[in-house]
Amino acid sequence: MEPRLLEMNGIQKYFPGVHALDDVHLDLLSGEVHALLGENGAGKSTLIKVLGGIYAKDGGEIIINGQKAEINSVKDAERYGISIIHQEIVLVPEMTIADNIFLGKETGPAANIDRAGMLKKTQELLDSFDMGLSAGAKVSSLNIAQQQMVEIIRATFGEARIIVMDEPTSSLSDKEVDALFDTVKKLTAQGIGIIYISHRMSELDIIADRVSVYRDGKYVATKKVKETTTDELVALMVGREVGNYYNRTYNECKETVLEVRGLTNKNVKNVSFTLKKGEILGFAGLVGAGRTETMRAIFGIDPIESGEILIDGNRVEIHSTQDAMDAGIGLVPESRREEGIFPAMSIKFNETIKVLTEFIGGFRVNAQRENEIADKYMKELSVRAPGTYTLVGNLSGGNQQKVVIASWLATKPRILILDEPTRGIDIGAKTEIYAIMNELAKNGVSIIMVSSELPEIIGMSDRVIVMRSGEISGELERSEATQVNIMKNAVNI
Amino acid sequence: MSIKEKGAVKADNPVVAYMKRNGGIIIGFFILATIIQINTPQFLTSKNIISVLRQISTNLYCASAITMILIAGGIDLSIGAVTSLSSVVVSTFMVNYGFPIPLAILVALAVGAMVGFLNGTIIYKTGLPPFIVTYSLQSICQGIAYVWTGAQPIRLTDQNFIFLGAGYAFGVIPMPLIYLGVILVFVWYILNRTKLGRHIYAVGGNEKAAEFSGVNIRKVRWFVYIFSGIMAALAGVVLSARMYSGQPAVGAGGEMDAIAAVVLGGTSMGGGRGSIGGTIIGALLIGILNNGLNLAGIDSYWQMVAKGAIILIAVYVDFVKQGNKLRK
Repeated sequence: MEPRLLEMNGIQKYFPGVHALDDVHLDLLSGEVHALLGENGAGKSTLIKVLGGIYAKDGGEIIINGQKAEINSVKDAERYGISIIHQEIVLVPEMTIADNIFLGKETGPAANIDRAGMLKKTQELLDSFDMGLSAGAKVSSLNIAQQQMVEIIRATFGEARIIVMDEPTSSLSDKEVDALFDTVKKLTAQGIGIIYISHRMSELDIIADRVSVYRDGKYVATKKVKETTTDELVALMVGREVGNYYNRTYNECKETVLEVRGLTNKNVKNVSFTLKKGEILGFAGLVGAGRTETMRAIFGIDPIESGEILIDGNRVEIHSTQDAMDAGIGLVPESRREEGIFPAMSIKFNETIKVLTEFIGGFRVNAQRENEIADKYMKELSVRAPGTYTLVGNLSGGNQQKVVIASWLATKPRILILDEPTRGIDIGAKTEIYAIMNELAKNGVSIIMVSSELPEIIGMSDRVIVMRSGEISGELERSEATQVNIMKNAVNI
Repeated sequence: MSIKEKGAVKADNPVVAYMKRNGGIIIGFFILATIIQINTPQFLTSKNIISVLRQISTNLYCASAITMILIAGGIDLSIGAVTSLSSVVVSTFMVNYGFPIPLAILVALAVGAMVGFLNGTIIYKTGLPPFIVTYSLQSICQGIAYVWTGAQPIRLTDQNFIFLGAGYAFGVIPMPLIYLGVILVFVWYILNRTKLGRHIYAVGGNEKAAEFSGVNIRKVRWFVYIFSGIMAALAGVVLSARMYSGQPAVGAGGEMDAIAAVVLGGTSMGGGRGSIGGTIIGALLIGILNNGLNLAGIDSYWQMVAKGAIILIAVYVDFVKQGNKLRK
């Protein structure tokens, strides 16, 4: 049996209001590729950040080569031979490959670094990977795959014994993936252990030896890849009870309100779907699958290259958010702070900014009407604040979200798009938002809900559309919309 | 769940609201006025007060425009250079090309509007920071003003034109103050009584959220920068008339005086917050500071030092006050 390189036992991590890691376990053998699986928010990234010294753990122990390790900083992690290749490339584009590889570990005296020596060493490394590149080339002149390889070389160069790869293949072509896998095999042959995070389950058979599954910040199980099946893994990933706080009353939806045909732009490909009156249509998929991008295109934020949008059967041209609003569409954006609220402004300002023409006109502001609108929606959505003059930046996340929704309800939209409507808000506010959605649907408003939380998708939707890599990969009726079915469509099996 | 009431701003009547918002600087203003009055009793004479008001009026044209630009989250550094260029344009069109006065003024204002349009368009199209774009336009406009005149002033003798800057309405009110009144009412009206005004606050408060709210960001930018260009050009016309000459460097540094008045008046450099009322008191404070130091016979270079120090202190006090208001 191979020696254990790494063991993480009983790891705990709390963020304000969230128990991000609860008694989480991971072990890694020498020369092994160990895959981590789980939905978004399952705790994989947090676990890796604890290992890499980016987050301090709140409990548990890390054992490296049989000895207890104290990792309190990124430097500590490096000293223990841990190297993390992040999902985003973090090279300095205007510096050479050699400069990047030696960044922070330059050799020679500080005031007169050993350029020639570093170039020579880098060239040896590049040659050993058959890269066909010059150590003096600028990183900005390389393609993505080559940059990824430079990242990998930088991670492995030196004394790295444990390498973490976070979705390394997400930006690579098939051929480049093959090259990456060759590299991984070379590394494991040297006894290096690799922790591999990927949403592409099809890769696991090829590359991984064992796989650990996480869910909701908890460790679920570890399986040998040869002894498990995709179905079993998916079941482990999603196997949880769906809460019953949705209280959805379903309506009969017949009339088509919105039809999208072949929507294509730089982010999404050939997206077609229909939305019916009084329906809640769920959009499921992994982060980056193109759901938000689809909504941005429909709402006139990102330009559309081809395809058409029909409302009540009539083609509409949407080139700006104003066009979308004129067509009766509203969008509650994904990132509340950046795109949703005016934090330094009052609740009143936030609630009325989209309906100014209702009380400003001629040479006056009808303050009474303005207050009526603000009070009405503040009450209707039970925004908890001392008054409509309270600054929105001082409210809790849940109340901020209610203000954003209120500002849209004031426009009386026929189609309301909610992108991750309950992200980062507590369970009480969540339930309130579900109740509002249910009420809207009952009153004939058509709702699109983009969500990465499967229970929410299943609990609220009349129908579910699943997206993957910028395309629609499945459409499920309410009866078929199970966690396993959705996940099967969401990941590349 | 507890919600802190710290940031709450209750709807007061306008005077109380104004005093609350600008309380610090108003107190500062009166302290400064008292000190000056004790040292130089000629301060509080109607002649001196009118002279101060006339001096600050051209700065306030530009400062009103800058108020809107800062609220919308931008900046305009081209103001001083546009003032210079406008002074050159109005003078050459009258003296060299024989344009009638109204037409020459119209050309100068149109040049200002054009620079503003360029500022707004370039910022929108390229996404470059307003600081860089308007700084570049500043250099271009100033350069053109020098090239056009060979850096020489152009003498103006038409008494009708000179009246527009140096004359008095009804024998007492300096003409520049009349224009100022109109401008201040206009800006106040836009900011407080129109949809456009709300949109200006929205764009500066959170540009992305404004876009998601259906605000036409390009239109807002165009409006504030074009208005700024026109105000700077008007300052150039008025200054030319007051000094009987077109001066290719008359506006130099004008943008900084305007920004100082606006920031002193509590308008945030970060956008989304500010008022024209604050700007007025800010410009008044700078005006009496310069005047007081002048009356006391203090060297104008020391005036620069004093102005810098006062701005720093006043803005810092406001910064601390605001920091307490909004928890980040």
